[in-house]
Amino acid sequence: MGKTLLEMKNITKEFPGVKALDNVNLVVEEGEIHALVGENGAGKSTLMNVLSGIYPYGSYTGDIIYDGEVCQFQKIKDSEEKGIVIIHQELALIPYMSIGENMFLGNEQGSKAAIDWNKTFNLADKYLKMVGLSESSRTLIKDIGVGKQQMVEIAKALAKNARLLILDEPTSSLNESDSKALLDLLLKFKQEGMTSIIISHKLNEVSYVADKITVIRDGSTIETLDKTKDDISEDRIIKGMVGREMTDRFPKRHDVKIGDVAMEVKNWTVYHPQFTERKVVDDVSINVRKGEVVGIAGLMGAGRTELAMSIFGKAYGSNITGQLILDGKEVKLKNIKDAIKHRIAYVTEDRKGNGLVLTNPIKINTTLSNLSELCTKRVIDQDKEYQVAEDYRDKLKTKCPTVEQNVGNLSGGNQQKVLLAKWMFANPDVLILDEPTRGIDVGAKYEIYCIINDLVAAGKSVIMISSELPEVLGMSDRIYVMNEGKIVGEMAGAEASQESIMSCILKS
Amino acid sequence: MKDKIFNIIKENTMLIVLVLVVLFFNITTKGVMLQPSQFNALITQNAYVYVLATGMLMCMLTGGNIDLSCGSFVCLVGIIGAKVMVNMGAPTIVGILVMLLVGVIYGCILGYVIAYINIPPWIATLAGFLALRGWGVALLKGSSNISPLPPEFCSLFSGKMNDLFGGPRIGGVQYNMTSIVVALIASIIVVVLIFRERSVKLKKGYDADSMVAVIVKSVLICFVIMLFGYKFSLAGGIPYSLVWVAVIVIIYSFITSKTDIGRYFYTIGGNAEATRLSGIDTKRIMFIAYLNMAILTVVSTFLTMSRFQAANSTAGTNYEMDAISACVVGGVSAYGGSGTVFGMIVGATLIGVINLGMSLMGIDANWQKVVKGVVLLGAVVFEILNNKKKGVK
Repeated sequence: MGKTLLEMKNITKEFPGVKALDNVNLVVEEGEIHALVGENGAGKSTLMNVLSGIYPYGSYTGDIIYDGEVCQFQKIKDSEEKGIVIIHQELALIPYMSIGENMFLGNEQGSKAAIDWNKTFNLADKYLKMVGLSESSRTLIKDIGVGKQQMVEIAKALAKNARLLILDEPTSSLNESDSKALLDLLLKFKQEGMTSIIISHKLNEVSYVADKITVIRDGSTIETLDKTKDDISEDRIIKGMVGREMTDRFPKRHDVKIGDVAMEVKNWTVYHPQFTERKVVDDVSINVRKGEVVGIAGLMGAGRTELAMSIFGKAYGSNITGQLILDGKEVKLKNIKDAIKHRIAYVTEDRKGNGLVLTNPIKINTTLSNLSELCTKRVIDQDKEYQVAEDYRDKLKTKCPTVEQNVGNLSGGNQQKVLLAKWMFANPDVLILDEPTRGIDVGAKYEIYCIINDLVAAGKSVIMISSELPEVLGMSDRIYVMNEGKIVGEMAGAEASQESIMSCILKS
Repeated sequence: MKDKIFNIIKENTMLIVLVLVVLFFNITTKGVMLQPSQFNALITQNAYVYVLATGMLMCMLTGGNIDLSCGSFVCLVGIIGAKVMVNMGAPTIVGILVMLLVGVIYGCILGYVIAYINIPPWIATLAGFLALRGWGVALLKGSSNISPLPPEFCSLFSGKMNDLFGGPRIGGVQYNMTSIVVALIASIIVVVLIFRERSVKLKKGYDADSMVAVIVKSVLICFVIMLFGYKFSLAGGIPYSLVWVAVIVIIYSFITSKTDIGRYFYTIGGNAEATRLSGIDTKRIMFIAYLNMAILTVVSTFLTMSRFQAANSTAGTNYEMDAISACVVGGVSAYGGSGTVFGMIVGATLIGVINLGMSLMGIDANWQKVVKGVVLLGAVVFEILNNKKKGVK
């Protein structure tokens, strides 16, 4: 056993009215990869914010013992000086600056009077090599993909002489191959003696890299599993997280009759809105039947979101060609309003960015896409609106004190439910769900799956775009595989496997 | 109970500040502040702010967008109107229609440039700020103003309501009965509306304010209306400018709180892309915001030029700043998405009262500007800190 690098003892942190952390203990040994898992809101990020000094000493109780001494961090700089570097879930890079500039932001190289740019870029190149990137450090951030941006974040952490690297959901926006590369990099660093703490929802990744797994539930530590001693299978971890055995992560659908084709797209081609010569969706033909869940699998950037949005009343793209057939009749949709009128709904992948109005209450969000139904001569019936919002709150079991609450104050899972409610209220026949469970915890995911099942049981059609293969496999009646704008495979849900989907992508 | 009172205070801070400021000036001016003539001055001098700020509110709701050109546009439209009515001798109604037409044209151009060509509003309107006043002054061909405007135009926007009932003259003071009657009718309507809303809510089984709260609210509102009615009856009657302001404010208050289109102004300010993906034509809303702004600017011009009975080259100077300040002090978010007509009214009134009070105290005009700047900054800081506290879970 290695020596203990970090020990967090009896950490308690209170926010007004809420005990976010309650006597949490965490022991991390030097040279290990330690995973922190737990449902959303369990307190993982809070714990890491205590560690990195975002919540200064004194705002919590308990001790942080790092490298044998008790630390009292007042600000992030204090913890970074000790070599504790945190990489946050949301990328914090500036798109129109070069990699090198980003990497040394706040850590500028050179004399007091001027930045030494040659030194900056040379050093940056060195760190880029360490994370396996061949890009020049003078490349602008906007010109590299998300996967590489995440690597730059890690290189940036290395440049701060990190000894303890904390990664908060590092792969949440990465595709499978980029995620794999990142995890392998962590394993390589481990060989070189680096200690890492990784927070993740993706349990297969946790099982893959972690030496130890600490489970946090409702602000307390439940258990720490050791790879060498304990069972660390996904089911075992989930049991710790939710406090019960999850026999089935995907609820069964009973007696859902699959009917006629509800929506069909033929020879659908879409070009990029700015670079109009670039094809984003290339000759795609798909269909979905009544009562059917169709999954669209594929890597990030495969053109799935673009396909969905272009079908949804040309919300994306230019020079869109192809046929859209609804209930056997070809239709031309001029705009989004038209699409909603034809009973199509697109539930966006980015609920905060373009799904919800975070500063507005739940009820306003719920009714936004179909407000005219509540209006007589443009005047909103606000009592009816309140009733509608309440109905959906009950139906979807959204946890909130009142529907007057701002959506921004809800957890991710509950926000997702509000987003679904919004589109269910528009009363669509075809729902396109784009990453419906991104960034939400296991329990909330299960509830979202149940909602999807209820939708198809009511005869609706669901197209589910997802980057999480188990989810696509667990939920879909039929699966399309998409890669580089083309459909490269179609298979029945029951026959598909992770391998068969990946091989479709790789062989295309 | 304690929490409830605290919440009421928190939600109505600016209103409370307004009352305190009025009392403060009443003491420092030894009662001059509350004389009938000051009520009259407050309304007539600030009528243009209420109208402009209503338009500005709609723009700001869409995402903190502002219109820098409205002050210059007041100048240009005024000069065009004066040319039509005075130099060309056209009837008043023709002058009014021409000015409104100019407003619609400018609004369409501005709205198109901002909504459909995606020019940032402050740049598009900065161009208007520079160009429109220059154009207007050029039209004057060297003279500094066109006057006098037709009397019927002036009385329509800046006159006072005649006394229909022939009010009594008591102790050498002429009372204007019409003001009191109008105030009474307005009070009755307000009380009826407040109680009807409550009973509708109760009938449907929703939470409603307690009876005590409703009565207190009604009494306070009626007191303010009757106070104004009484003061105006002593000051020669209700100014028509107040009628115009009231009509506009009531219409926009309704639009912003009760209609779907009003709702879209808020959601665009909150998240434009989410609103677009909900099937709402966000560009059209932006277009409407600026078209509406231009039309309200013309109405504001009516009020301004009728008060001065002339169109002159300096009319409208800094009006855009007055309108923005009124909104911001009234709690309209500088980032868009939140703010109410009522808040704006409180903000505009607060600034108006501070102006008036400081003038009565004989404070140097430059120091008045300093005070106004501090009030503006203070209001924004207060709003942000207040929101931050709310954000804590």
